[in-house]
Amino acid sequence: MTDRNRIVVIGAGHNGLVCAAYLARAGRQVLVLEAAPQVGGAAVTRELAKGFRVSGCAHVCYQLDSGIARELALASHGLKWAREGLKTVALAGAGEHLVLDGSRAESPALPDADQKAYADYHARMRRFARVLGKQHHRIPPRIGGGGRSDMMTAAALGLDIRRLGRDSMREFLRIAGINIFDVLEELFESPLLKGALAFDAVLGTNLGPRSNNSVLALLHRLSGDAQGSLSLPEGGMGSVSEALAAAARAAGATIRVNSPVARITMEGDRVSGVELEDGEIVPAGTVVSNADPAQTLLRLLGPRHLETGFVHRVRHIRSKGMAAKLHLALEAMPTIARLGPDLAGERLLIAPDPGYIEQAFDAAKYGQCSPEPALEIMFPSVYDKTLAPAGKHVLSAIVLYAPFDPRASDAPARQQMLDGALAVLERAAPGIRRQVIASELLLPADIEREFRITGGHWHHGELALDQMLMLRPVPGAAQYAMPVNGLWLCGAGCHPGGGVIGAAGRNAANAVLAQEKAA
Amino acid sequence: MSIVDDMNRKEHFRTAVWPTPFHPRTSALNTLNEWHRWKDYTTADAFFDEALEYAAIRNACAAFDLTPMTKHRITGPDAQAFLNRLVTRDVARIKPGRVGYCVWCDDNGQVIDDGTIFHLREGDYRLCSQERQLDWLSRSAHGFDIRMIEDTHEIAALALQGPTSCAVLKAIGCTGAEKMKPFDIAYFPFAGGELMVSRTGFTGDLGYELWIDPPRALALWDALFEKGANHGIRPMGTHALEVARIEAGFIQAQVDFLPADQAIMLDRSRSPFELDLGRLVDFSKPNFNGRRALLAEKKRGSRFRFVRLDVEGNKPARSAYIYNRPKNGEVVGTVTSAEWSPSAKANIAFASMHMPWGRPGDELYAEIYYQRELRWSRVMARCRVVEGAFWDPPRKRATPALDF
Repeated sequence: MTDRNRIVVIGAGHNGLVCAAYLARAGRQVLVLEAAPQVGGAAVTRELAKGFRVSGCAHVCYQLDSGIARELALASHGLKWAREGLKTVALAGAGEHLVLDGSRAESPALPDADQKAYADYHARMRRFARVLGKQHHRIPPRIGGGGRSDMMTAAALGLDIRRLGRDSMREFLRIAGINIFDVLEELFESPLLKGALAFDAVLGTNLGPRSNNSVLALLHRLSGDAQGSLSLPEGGMGSVSEALAAAARAAGATIRVNSPVARITMEGDRVSGVELEDGEIVPAGTVVSNADPAQTLLRLLGPRHLETGFVHRVRHIRSKGMAAKLHLALEAMPTIARLGPDLAGERLLIAPDPGYIEQAFDAAKYGQCSPEPALEIMFPSVYDKTLAPAGKHVLSAIVLYAPFDPRASDAPARQQMLDGALAVLERAAPGIRRQVIASELLLPADIEREFRITGGHWHHGELALDQMLMLRPVPGAAQYAMPVNGLWLCGAGCHPGGGVIGAAGRNAANAVLAQEKAA
Repeated sequence: MSIVDDMNRKEHFRTAVWPTPFHPRTSALNTLNEWHRWKDYTTADAFFDEALEYAAIRNACAAFDLTPMTKHRITGPDAQAFLNRLVTRDVARIKPGRVGYCVWCDDNGQVIDDGTIFHLREGDYRLCSQERQLDWLSRSAHGFDIRMIEDTHEIAALALQGPTSCAVLKAIGCTGAEKMKPFDIAYFPFAGGELMVSRTGFTGDLGYELWIDPPRALALWDALFEKGANHGIRPMGTHALEVARIEAGFIQAQVDFLPADQAIMLDRSRSPFELDLGRLVDFSKPNFNGRRALLAEKKRGSRFRFVRLDVEGNKPARSAYIYNRPKNGEVVGTVTSAEWSPSAKANIAFASMHMPWGRPGDELYAEIYYQRELRWSRVMARCRVVEGAFWDPPRKRATPALDF
């Protein structure tokens, strides 16, 4: 094999590993270069304190593609589930909590009309999400390209929408671009129910419940074949990555950690490989980057190898994260007010109503840490004993919202966010503060630094109408091939986006192989 | 508060259209009082007689105020790399002291504008453009270590074109100007400052462009007209220049092509190949704006062909459709510029043809409408595709420049 035949994958995030595995299975010589000391990117398990481990960024699986899991035999490569089908508990400030379990919304305080409306909503949103889910495995069409397969893919999307039936199609088209707040107002009475459902639509985005595109963000969340059903991998999210890495290695790929890429090298108008930060040159005829588009194109490759219009579009991908991540090591399992221990290991939300979330969003929109953040709280150690010493626990929470560019500098902002989150937690679980052995809060800027994601946005770019499907990452480059010969993207910045799906990695591998065949 | 003060303070809202630094002289000479707006400036259409102004270009020399032309100064370590990514030709081949004609494209390989790159001194460039380009240039600057300003207002510029132009330059003290080759730049002391001279122009003839700081503009004008009196110097307006430009075969943005950033319909913009500027596209450069699209066009074939036409008769074929048969033909092209050429003694035109039309020898007809005593008539005039410019005298290139 010559260097020209080598394929370098930059980054061993889940999509990079999936891509490497599929390319290696097709007989290609694949080398994955990961900057961090471990594989996984944002799907990693890290030590918080001695004996306490926690999922570092993503902390629950709800979109992992079952086809990929099957084809890559992730179970035989060590992936086990500590718990599947987690319920969601919306914590009430006072009064009865609300439990969402599949299509059922249960609470003694919930009006009957809301229960019925929730079952309808649950089914309808999943039906709409399936339209998006069907696109996951298709390479988005080239608009104006006029190619036969592009026309077919575009037509297939139209047909998928049409097949919803007349009324559903109208409803889908009516709500797809609007905000979740208005949709929930139409359907439900209970503020707690509306709060919980609004939370899912804005989680991990740069959107408040009243921002348009929030319905679409929700549909994306529900779009995998798990339909939004939540699962905890045993050993944390890092286990998913370890299994993917094992699958890639078994297929013949080589994975090197501690190997940060400094730049993509060019020879004439084609990629010639990469140069590592320590100066090592790794020649390769094809480079597939799992890094986000801005990082890959502007930092690793550089604008001078690209054209002006393209650089302009890449520079303006909206990719500022607004979610902070909180990790606590706890002396004991805290007691949550009015919640039985049987539900303590489920997914707990503090989002009492949509207005509460919107106000938290407003603060961050103007550069402040939300003083009263909304929270998604998990105690993964309840179902997964590998994460904490016996009797002790870890908490992993997503805290909304944290500004990417806080008005205050990072250190005070981090403290403010931590104080705010702990104050909100303390109200829900009195005494929790005294149980904290170690704590850690990651602002979007920390996520950017630690996980090398421009803007600290989990999805490598906002999931919105203008940044999805054939417009992701930017119009004219949504087919994984970048406008530089031999350079490809395979990460969440591409269709279908973030959420630990793996589809971007597989689609990119297919695109690389298809081009080889065409050449 | 004078208009010039508004201009200096960039208070554009007070004065929408500015006088150029030459205005005190050009306005005095403009006996026709015919003006139009060119970018931000008021510019003479004609001064005393279009035909005589044109005659001065070809038989003596004529001065044209080109201050309104958009100018940019680009310096810094990446200046050359920036320009090389911007334009289609290889800027490294434009040595210090030289000027190069160039076009630049968008990512789709469609021409945004044409202009000239002046390599003033090592690593120090001036880019002149027909259209305002700061937005595109600023976008293009991302990732390059350059300094760029638009300095249109900081430089007074004058074109001196025609066979006696070199003699006039020498007479005002530009000693050795005759040694300049076409596209050379030279600097001469003038009125206690520096006069930059380039052997460039828009007339396809012996001629120069003169660049000076605005406070010395009137001294320059006065010197030229004093020393040039015996060499037949005249002021010229845009109408006379227009005839000379078409004779010389030079295209113009907004006339012969629509800048790609202004085109909405997909078939309204043109690639360099479609403007007969393929010679300016250098694929040996690994990257420039439009390269991938132009490579694809090269493979797939262009949609349009730019041609120069010799049209039968003496009616300028302005905006005429071109047909492939005198009767019942189909439209195969459109005229973009047309004039009667006094020097070539020919009825000349530029046209944008649909492929494959416009090959030498193609039988083509321009549908010309003309008015005589308020009655419209129509003629289908036979056209012949001409290769090269209509006017290309040896004195344009002769070095040392000839004395007339």
